[in-house]
Amino acid sequence: MASNWPILSVLIWLPIIGGLAVIAVGEHRAALARLLALVIAGLTFILSIMLFTGFDTSTAAMQFTEHKPWIETFDIFYSLGVDGFSVPLILLTTFFGVLVVIAGWEVIQQKVNQYMAAFLIMEGLMVGVFSALDAMLFYVFFEAMLIPMFLVIGMWGGPRRVYATIKFFLYTFLGSVFMLIGLIYLYIQSGSWSILDWHQFPLTLEVQKWLFLGFLAAFSVKIPMWPVHTWLPDAHVEAPTGGSVVLAAIMLKIGGYGFIRFSLPVTPDASAALDWLIITLSLIAVVYIGFVALVQQDMKKLIAYSSISHMGFVTLGMFIAFAIFQNTESGRGAALGVEGAMVQMISHGFVSGALFLCVGVLYDRLHSRMIADYGGVANTMPWFAAFAVLFFMANAGLPGTSGFVGEFMVILAAFQANFWYAFLAAITLILGAAYSLWLVKRVIFGEVTSNDVAMLEDINAREALVLGTLAIAVLLVGVWPEPLVNLMHASVEQLLQHIQQPKFSVAGI
Amino acid sequence: MNNGNMLLAAPEFWVLIMACVILIVDLFLSKERRGIIHMLAMLTLVFAAIITARGDYGTGGLASETAFNGSFIRDSMGDVLKLFSYLILGLVYIYSKFCLRQFRMFRADFYTLSLFALLGVMLLISANSLVTIYLGLELISLSSYALVAYDRDSKMGSEAAMKYFVLGSMASGMLLYGMSMIYGATGTLDLQQIAAAVSELGSDNYLLIFGLVFLVVGLAFKLGVVPFHMWIPDVYQGAPVATTLFIASVPKMAAFAMAFRLLQTGLSDLQHDWSQMISILVVLSIILGNLAAIAQTNIKRMLAYSTISHMGFVLMGLLPGTASGFGAGMFYVIVYSMMSAAAFGMIILLSARGVEADKIDDFKGLNQRNSWYAAVMAMVMFSMAGVPVFVGFFAKWLVIKAALDAGLFWLAIVAVVFSVVGAFYYLRIVKLMYFDEPVSEAEIDAPVDFRAAISLNGIMMLGLGIFSSSLIAICMASFGA
Repeated sequence: MASNWPILSVLIWLPIIGGLAVIAVGEHRAALARLLALVIAGLTFILSIMLFTGFDTSTAAMQFTEHKPWIETFDIFYSLGVDGFSVPLILLTTFFGVLVVIAGWEVIQQKVNQYMAAFLIMEGLMVGVFSALDAMLFYVFFEAMLIPMFLVIGMWGGPRRVYATIKFFLYTFLGSVFMLIGLIYLYIQSGSWSILDWHQFPLTLEVQKWLFLGFLAAFSVKIPMWPVHTWLPDAHVEAPTGGSVVLAAIMLKIGGYGFIRFSLPVTPDASAALDWLIITLSLIAVVYIGFVALVQQDMKKLIAYSSISHMGFVTLGMFIAFAIFQNTESGRGAALGVEGAMVQMISHGFVSGALFLCVGVLYDRLHSRMIADYGGVANTMPWFAAFAVLFFMANAGLPGTSGFVGEFMVILAAFQANFWYAFLAAITLILGAAYSLWLVKRVIFGEVTSNDVAMLEDINAREALVLGTLAIAVLLVGVWPEPLVNLMHASVEQLLQHIQQPKFSVAGI
Repeated sequence: MNNGNMLLAAPEFWVLIMACVILIVDLFLSKERRGIIHMLAMLTLVFAAIITARGDYGTGGLASETAFNGSFIRDSMGDVLKLFSYLILGLVYIYSKFCLRQFRMFRADFYTLSLFALLGVMLLISANSLVTIYLGLELISLSSYALVAYDRDSKMGSEAAMKYFVLGSMASGMLLYGMSMIYGATGTLDLQQIAAAVSELGSDNYLLIFGLVFLVVGLAFKLGVVPFHMWIPDVYQGAPVATTLFIASVPKMAAFAMAFRLLQTGLSDLQHDWSQMISILVVLSIILGNLAAIAQTNIKRMLAYSTISHMGFVLMGLLPGTASGFGAGMFYVIVYSMMSAAAFGMIILLSARGVEADKIDDFKGLNQRNSWYAAVMAMVMFSMAGVPVFVGFFAKWLVIKAALDAGLFWLAIVAVVFSVVGAFYYLRIVKLMYFDEPVSEAEIDAPVDFRAAISLNGIMMLGLGIFSSSLIAICMASFGA
């Protein structure tokens, strides 16, 4: 289903150029800037649906490919393409592109044009990350994305925004430069920047391990894994609502995507040899960070820690595959694990995005994120309460919501790897329920605790639209995940086949 | 005696003639009409570019050719570097005209001195013998000493000029001493013949190694890399910003060319020895430059330390002694000169009514005062920090690749880790511009040519990044990589 016009390029450059146009509108015509941003984001989302409808689910090959020379002296190509892993994430990105514009509609009053432009440019860059097939191009998008986020947190963030945003930038930058060394090394060895070529390129186990650690440095910070997660709570707490939403819903997924696109297929043997490391870190994230979330006083911080805990599931689902291959003949559980990880990423995108929007709704009214400042919100904001409870339930992994599907698949797969993996992972269902429901109890239900809460007004049509859309998405993935799983099935199968074959034996070394 | 084709040096002749013409014309101009000097200087650069770019001077081909008994060489690396020198000097002139006018220092001396320095740059770029190298170097240095002291009444300026002069002379002495040893060992001043003699003598000749040590010391002084960097922050801070702008941009390209000519053309057989020395210089410069810059509150000083680390990166390209490494170093130095010109241009832009905006706090809230200039400065800062997709990233990337090509993993790791450290102080400028409230609400105003130049300079950071392909190809092709 290759269409003739470069849809991926359009999805990347339309928001970026559109963002520049929004800046050009000027500071004083805020209404026009908002409208233009909405139009561009909307158009991008509509166009991205064509990826979904035109996508051939029967093959794992790259689709909608584009291939043009970029820096010919060093064989760098402007090479784009999508497979079953990238399409859902691109759709998630463009979907949130629209929501973020709407969510910032009245809330942002300062420098509206720059705010909207930053998000549009970020959207384009993130689509670029998910569709780049050339490692250099990937890296450029991967890093360039930091700039708009840096500015968003720093310009529209809370009181400690400067600390948070510089920490965010330097942490991610430090992680990714190690990956850069790995990428350059791979180029020197293979003479190509194509990620797909690298998948087939034989490497010794020793080299693979170093490369794996390089990738790990970049992606573990991004996703983030314990113990390099500390930037995330700070960034989330200080970021404006839109920034938190994009950070949680999409940026974290780039780390997971990186593992699937680079770590597993480029260094499969190292992944197999070092899977214990990732699994240990993931389980620590799932359990320990779950406990940390329990004691948070700040709603955004709580959701941030819960994000880290949930992303632990993603890495767990990806890396238990090797243990499953060893334990079972068919290795069919491995597919369940990887698919579960992918579903978990999408679901967490919806849920965490929605939760940050919910906190944003409260924050806009009372200018506090402290749990203690609220209580009995359901009495004054019944509609809001309904949405919030749904999303927190999804966060806890209630069956029927998207949160359940991914976690259940991963836990199921983990049983085939090791009982204790599954046991520890399943603890999160309890912990997740504990911190989510306890928050709901303290904030939403009970008596109205203060005059401020008594004065609260329920959500307006704009907020209802945003939360309603997300509620539909959460429920849809929860009860009918099949289209999503179908989308990625072929790619997952191919990935698993690929990582079972040792690379160094091909090299004969 | 064969003087060869003297026309090979046509651009140098042209610049020399014009520098003298400007000197004389100035005598007949009243104070109000000094703008003519500026126009003449720009014209000089334009024609110099045309002469240089015309290429073959009737000799055909772009292969390297020598003249003046082999003491002058014209090759594609030289041509490219010269063209960029004109371009960047053009930017320098546009920025400094505005600045000199504001500070009531708009005299023709600035133009004549900097044109003589340009002549030195061109000679150094095209040098093919030790004498030409020394000649070019001293031409740059002497003009620069005078330029640093350009503001006669400034105490800091005079102090900086003295420091620069004393240390610079010492460095020249070292260099000469090294050259004399090389001459003693090889019996020739011509770089090609030196190369031939060295390969006969073998690389374990003590006299040669001794000479090499002094050459590298002299070179390091001129480049300003650790531990021979002490003069850089003081000179950058003390000199008038127009001068800092000049010495921080154009002469760096000559310094790169000098390093290449001396070390590669002349002493490539000693690569094993000089790469060891240089690797120490590189590591120290990158570490110290980036760490010391964090502590600065004066932006000229901060940029001075950042220069030190950038020069470390340039040398890192030379280190492996490979063609792609030299290409990387050349790309880096060109890009660096552009970034540096833009950064100092921004300082000039913010300076108002005779007060230099040399505190980093002067950048506070720039986004609220004028969001376009803030964007330009942000692009320059991100480019210096090496964040993609800005051109500074590609420069760092090429250099790191050259190091990895040579198997220098530890060096690459030091380089990337400290560029993250460096990112911090560049980000601090961005932070001041975007996240803080302005301290001054004064209107930012500049002549139209200034605004055009600084905008173009800023856009180049992005444009050369996205479309870096051709410049990279040109730099690589210069060394046949």
